[in-house]
Amino acid sequence: MRKLVPAGLTASLLGAPAALAGEMEINVEIPRLDVAEYHRPYVALWIETPDHKAAANLDVWYDLALPDKEGTEWLKDMRQWWRRTGRSLDMPVDGISSATKAPGTHQLTFSADAAPLADLPPGEYRLVIEAAREVGGRELLRLPFQWPPEDAAEETAKGEHELGAVRLTLKP
Amino acid sequence: MSRFQSFFRSFAAGAAALSLVSLAGPAEAHRMWLHPSATVLSGEDPWLIVDGAIANELFYFEYYALPLEGLAITAPDGTSAEPQNLNHGHYRSSFEVQLVQDGTYKVAVAQDAAFAKYMQDGETKYWRGMAGEIGSAIPAGAEEAEVTHLERRFEVFATVGAPTETVFTPTGKGLEMVPVTHPNDLFAGEEATFKLLLDGAPAAGLDVEIVKGGSRYRDAAGGETVTADSEGLFSFTWPEAGMYWLGAETVDENTGIPGAQKRNASYSATLEVLPQ
Repeated sequence: MRKLVPAGLTASLLGAPAALAGEMEINVEIPRLDVAEYHRPYVALWIETPDHKAAANLDVWYDLALPDKEGTEWLKDMRQWWRRTGRSLDMPVDGISSATKAPGTHQLTFSADAAPLADLPPGEYRLVIEAAREVGGRELLRLPFQWPPEDAAEETAKGEHELGAVRLTLKP
Repeated sequence: MSRFQSFFRSFAAGAAALSLVSLAGPAEAHRMWLHPSATVLSGEDPWLIVDGAIANELFYFEYYALPLEGLAITAPDGTSAEPQNLNHGHYRSSFEVQLVQDGTYKVAVAQDAAFAKYMQDGETKYWRGMAGEIGSAIPAGAEEAEVTHLERRFEVFATVGAPTETVFTPTGKGLEMVPVTHPNDLFAGEEATFKLLLDGAPAAGLDVEIVKGGSRYRDAAGGETVTADSEGLFSFTWPEAGMYWLGAETVDENTGIPGAQKRNASYSATLEVLPQ
């Protein structure tokens, strides 16, 4: 039976599912920064193959509420995301577009039963997270993983300025 | 008379009074270039600002504004885009274009000019203007006329959204660069390949100079030379991110304009290399 789990919703909103489907959980920390002019960063999360081909888009946090799609002007500042996949998209794309997020830790959960993981061929991948902040910097983190996971797995990374702690958890 | 032509005529009228360094042969010519405000753009109908200059140092405005005669902006669908807010200043020309289509635009200034030097009544006289006007340029009775055909092309490329390649089609005249690696897909540490053509055929054996901008802030001239192979292909690995000037020139006798002894062909492109 195929369970429809919209990408981006945490599992807790739907009630804890029986451990039928594999799952990918991502925790991303947007650091609290002590700067005079603070803007929430643009962040893109996607999956790429070892040779940097985009395999799946997971989410893009940007100023999508601005009128006349004004927020799309700065999508190019996430320059690896833009190059590998973003520039071929007509944003906002349903299911992978969200507003910018405040400092703190944010969780995303994806079921192996649903898009995009359901269509992900077995192999070696990297979760890529790229952040770009107005009057700020840009940072990119990559976390390698195997899909589908045979055993429970966890990868962590930590950014230095625009991203905090990132944790990727895979459940088979 | 178009606005461009009136710019050019005022330039030509002052040519005799100017230092003639920029009108001399390639060995003494200043670099000529366009400089884009950006090359990779996102959003709805973003604006592209382009500066033009004749100046050796990259990319500083310190010698002469680039005449915008022969400016052509080609949109991804092949149509012409109109420049706005044109300005021809002391050291810098500039204009703006609103990029309303997705894809790759080419902004080019193509000069098809001629330069003549002749003797009249014992005096040395000079003339500079469009190549098509050379027939009426030199008066009867002029002696020792030397006519040089100048075919020069300066280009920049800018892309909104996904890159396209429609604007790469060469004209088959003068020196031109046909990208193999897309010019708006250049990143530090990666190798890019381009093809150089002269009158539509591979410019085999021609040297191409590639210089990173920011020359004011370093001691080394910073240029590197690569040579086009028998197919006109040349490659270069960008050492770091930045704006780069790419230029080539040649002198030969392949000129279709009457009375010309030689043709100076030159090409430059200003390319932006992004960090990884």
